[in-house]
Amino acid sequence: MAKIRIVSKPEVCIGCHLCEVWCTVAHSKSKDIIKAFLYEQPRAQPRVVVEEELPETYALQCRHCNEPKCVAACIAGALYKDDDGVVIHDEEKCVACYSCIMACPYGAIRINLETKKPLKCDLCRGLDHPYCVKYCPNNALEIVVEAEEFV
Amino acid sequence: MKYDYVIIGNSAGGIGCVEAIRELDIDSSVLVISAEKYHTYSRALIPYYLDGKIEFEKMYYRPPDFYDRMDVDTKLGVRATRVDVERKRVLLENGEEIEYGKLLIATGGKPFIPPMDGLGGQNNVFTFLKMDDVLGVERGLKDARKVVVLGGGIIGLMASEVLARKGLDVKVVELADRVLAPVVDETTSRIIEKKFQENGVEIILNNTISRVVGEERVEKVILRDGREIDTDMLIVAVGVVPNTEVVKDTPIKVNRGIVVNRKMETSVKDVYACGDCAEIYDFVFGSNRVLPLWPTAYTGGRIAGFNMVGREREYNLATSMNAMHFFDYYIINAGLNVPNDSEEFEVIYRLEGDSYRKFALKDGRIAGFIIAGKMERAGIFLKLMEEGIDVSAFKDKLLKENFGFIDIPEPVRWKLLEDKVKLGVVREL
Repeated sequence: MAKIRIVSKPEVCIGCHLCEVWCTVAHSKSKDIIKAFLYEQPRAQPRVVVEEELPETYALQCRHCNEPKCVAACIAGALYKDDDGVVIHDEEKCVACYSCIMACPYGAIRINLETKKPLKCDLCRGLDHPYCVKYCPNNALEIVVEAEEFV
Repeated sequence: MKYDYVIIGNSAGGIGCVEAIRELDIDSSVLVISAEKYHTYSRALIPYYLDGKIEFEKMYYRPPDFYDRMDVDTKLGVRATRVDVERKRVLLENGEEIEYGKLLIATGGKPFIPPMDGLGGQNNVFTFLKMDDVLGVERGLKDARKVVVLGGGIIGLMASEVLARKGLDVKVVELADRVLAPVVDETTSRIIEKKFQENGVEIILNNTISRVVGEERVEKVILRDGREIDTDMLIVAVGVVPNTEVVKDTPIKVNRGIVVNRKMETSVKDVYACGDCAEIYDFVFGSNRVLPLWPTAYTGGRIAGFNMVGREREYNLATSMNAMHFFDYYIINAGLNVPNDSEEFEVIYRLEGDSYRKFALKDGRIAGFIIAGKMERAGIFLKLMEEGIDVSAFKDKLLKENFGFIDIPEPVRWKLLEDKVKLGVVREL
């Protein structure tokens, strides 16, 4: 099975945070940027992390690791790998114990300010394309296809 | 009956093993044996259930069709009493014998009950470890107004918080001079004690129960210092000890727990162990110890499963790690718990109100840390510890609340990120 991966390119990232904006839209009910930011309550929250210490900036999101430590740590069975190898977080099952926050080596799991539950990238399941990649104005996030290898 | 793989235990370790086996081998026969009759559930969710935060069904650790999907047979509600390593058989309490090709022992822990005069047979004494305990506590709650919790560790405090929130008058009795004593440092203990006191829970330190009074029910406990406390319920949460009964009188080497190497193999061929019943290698500690933790149990089971099907893997990254929260105050800690005035370690910390961050360094490397209050991205520190990164050059930045990879100088930053800056796996194109 070929896998798509998202690659982050710090050398061309301009630190605009649009990936966060569009990640918010991707996880909103309406999928519409104006509605998502102006009318939806509570507002959706981004799952991508932007790190910056100008001029250096780059975006990070869940890597959907081959051996996901968050899945191993989850006491509720709320984190699992689906059949496509995507690490999915089931908010319904989650009890917000933060074992996954403790386990994630990339600090790529954010926390929902409203519910206090973890938030993570789901590779825009159900959408045609990951929004952070689609709307990055300088192609600092790219998709590459790789052959899957079992580690 | 003969099975290629037999697993005794149906919690984190056992399930981790099943999942690993089935990733690589869909043909072999697998059997899961458990003394408890329930579908795999998470012990760690017991407090959440009692608190009313989750429905009973949400205690299940894997979906209802898990065993079918994994194509494994189960014997649930049947205790494995003995392992015969000569004949490669597991003996069950109902007289059955199961022959195994490879065996995993993932029997977990059992509650430690300290000796107390007058204790025995009362129907309002509970531990906080198993589904049946929960159901008992639930029934006992109906007409309880006062409760005494023996033990100020993680489980005891979680139980106390839940019961306090239900409006009971809760008193915690702890032998040490502070709560969570072996787990976190004194600063953290004091913050937690304050949280409990603010929420009406009395914490009684340097004390223990010497005698319980009552025949059918415990009506009163008498502490070591003579203080008497009336109670409607007694919860014993002093700790867990490895449950190793099944390997008694076998050549399988047991120290405090079942001794395993980094492949999770015991001293006997084809027998593996993991989780709360085992002693595994702690990379910070530098030797084997019992680590009764969910992530290490699951990962240990997973590593065992890989080795059982013949794919060699080692578990080199186990260490003490906890994520806990009391009254919405969160704490994550890992590695060694070092006092702030340690001479052996360089300790750096920052305490502002309730936000606390602390790192114990040895030769520039993180040997232990505590993050409390603001939690995001705490896992990066575990990663730095696992990789043995020398943090001397940026140690002051560790105390920043928004610490990230950007604070780690190049090229170390890219070493940590670049080999895996590839983010993610997506569905097939």
